[in-house]
Amino acid sequence: MRAGGNKMPDKDALVKHIPGEETQRLLTVEDLSVSFDTEKGSVRALFGVSFSMDAGETIGLVGESGCGKTITALSVMRLLASPPAKMDGGRILFKGRDLFALPEKRMCEVRGQEISMIFQEPMTSMNPVLTVGEQVAEVFTAHGICGKKEAAERAVEWLRKVQMPDPERRAKEYPHQMSGGMRQRAMIAMALALSPSLLIADEPTTALDVTIQAQIMALLREMRERERMAVLLITHDLGVVHDFADRTAIMYLGRIVEMAPTRELFAGPIHPYTQGLLASLPGASQTSRVLPSIPGTVPDLANVPPGCPFSPRCQHRQAAMKRFLSGETSTDELRDCDREDPPAFEFSPGHLAACHYQRRVCGES
Amino acid sequence: MGRYVLRRILVSIPLLIGISIITFVVINMAPGGPIGVASDMNPKATAEYRERLKAYYGLDQPVHVRYIRWLGRMAVLDFGDSFSLDGRKVWDKIKERIPVTLLINALSMSLIFLIAVPIGIYSAVRKGSVFDRISTVAVFTGFAIPTFWLALLLMILFGVHLGWLPISGLVSLEYDALSLPLKILDRAGHLVLPVFLAAFGGLAGISRYMRSNMLEVIRQDYIMTARAKGLPEKVVVRRHAVRNALLPVITIFGLSIPGLLGGSVIFETIFAIPGMGQLFYQGVMSRDYPLIMGILTIGAFLTLLGNILADVGYAVADPRINTERAG
Repeated sequence: MRAGGNKMPDKDALVKHIPGEETQRLLTVEDLSVSFDTEKGSVRALFGVSFSMDAGETIGLVGESGCGKTITALSVMRLLASPPAKMDGGRILFKGRDLFALPEKRMCEVRGQEISMIFQEPMTSMNPVLTVGEQVAEVFTAHGICGKKEAAERAVEWLRKVQMPDPERRAKEYPHQMSGGMRQRAMIAMALALSPSLLIADEPTTALDVTIQAQIMALLREMRERERMAVLLITHDLGVVHDFADRTAIMYLGRIVEMAPTRELFAGPIHPYTQGLLASLPGASQTSRVLPSIPGTVPDLANVPPGCPFSPRCQHRQAAMKRFLSGETSTDELRDCDREDPPAFEFSPGHLAACHYQRRVCGES
Repeated sequence: MGRYVLRRILVSIPLLIGISIITFVVINMAPGGPIGVASDMNPKATAEYRERLKAYYGLDQPVHVRYIRWLGRMAVLDFGDSFSLDGRKVWDKIKERIPVTLLINALSMSLIFLIAVPIGIYSAVRKGSVFDRISTVAVFTGFAIPTFWLALLLMILFGVHLGWLPISGLVSLEYDALSLPLKILDRAGHLVLPVFLAAFGGLAGISRYMRSNMLEVIRQDYIMTARAKGLPEKVVVRRHAVRNALLPVITIFGLSIPGLLGGSVIFETIFAIPGMGQLFYQGVMSRDYPLIMGILTIGAFLTLLGNILADVGYAVADPRINTERAG
């Protein structure tokens, strides 16, 4: 594992975050907190998630299962079922509009037209009793773009654009008659049909096999260039974000623990969790025969430790503990980690991370 | 599809024969017999008289011989003659009961589906709402109330105190003297209470079934996809959820087809309706074997038919079912 972080900002990186330009942002998520009412009581799922996106920008949202990636996405779509979900705070601005203040009717106009979403499971994400063509055409009719007949023609056109083989015939088929890759193409056609300015792709390739994954990512890339849309790519695959995203946010237990231009993040991760993730990637430079992994397991969201949520698994805290036990230092080093959820700190322009240790070592020196 | 239906029909024939064998044997194993009921109380009936009576009805033959004879007659759709004193043809006796039974059952069943399906859908969409809770309590109360008791209460209320509805029979005494519109009105009036009560008890099952189907469908991924497209919730429910949630109801519909001709002894007795229930009850009590077998065979036939119709209906409604391969 690499120790410490790269203190020098990468000058070539696409530094998109420029403070003071909030008004022109496509999407701003501010301090978003969401909790769920469960039988065991209220469980917090998001703890003050903040990020913003510019038009045409691609952000990769990376994290383990259950870290809040999908909940963040569904919050932006305002599709979290409430109850049980409850928004505890924060707001989401899209093109300057507060999405949570919009009446449901206006929000329906935003969905599918300005922000659209594709889902992880192409097998179950399409209605089994409607033909694929009908489901794509529905996007046009739902938003009053055109009549049924023209919508059907446009649907075939879009199926062709997403490189569906034999689109006229496929439009008349039902989802179960298609492979996973074809269904995901149809989902993409549905999502892009009205040229939204933001596409949320929730693990679009997770359920597909590797060759199809590459094809779907290539298609998404092509569509992104053609439609000039912003993409929020949710994935647990660091390889995918590395190739695809302008900036990358790493989530852990309902928080964004690090966010940076993708190249900078991969070159110099700051947060120990990010460092651990990157070190556990199999790569050409791997010298050891054993793939490193992050010690410990992700705690249950209902039992998040006080202080820094990553502290039980953090190598820096363990080292600090050792130093303290051997009498080298006082408890000062440990106190922050154990007591306070670390706020995000900008280590270099556009590179934020939430870590007490790194902030002490390289941030404020 | 045609081949599939043909195959299903062919498979049903041995099934029908099997059912008839079992019912035939079981009825004949039941204690007592047609001769016993007719002659036990008669002090003049001698043993010889009884033997001759048995021979007359063909009861002196062993069960398997009698079954094969019965089957031979059934093959040409001859239900045989009733053992009862009138000695009429079984089919004639059944035939005259069919219209009224069918009418009441068809009306009450339509009522059940027309009311229960929307209740189920609405309860699921507004799960936990006041409507959901009230309808849950209401349908279970309806399920728990003995209908014969409720029937009596309603008869007292609407028939005696308010005098709005007739309480028994199918037509009024002066029916023949009425003009056509009044005749229709008179018949309809007589049907209100029986149909309502027959439907009342059935609401709980279907509405709960529909509710749980709908809850299951609503949490499917494709519902989220439909919402993400920007469809208003109403359209999501109507176009995407209801259609999928209704699929299993087709099966229930098929299973209720034999019920169309099944009568209820209790109802028919309370409202003095000459229906299938009464006929069957009389047949069983007097061990009228041909009549019992006739009614049971029709029931078995309708059950198998209902199953085939349900499967065919499902195949038509759900594109995922491939009859060419599954058949």
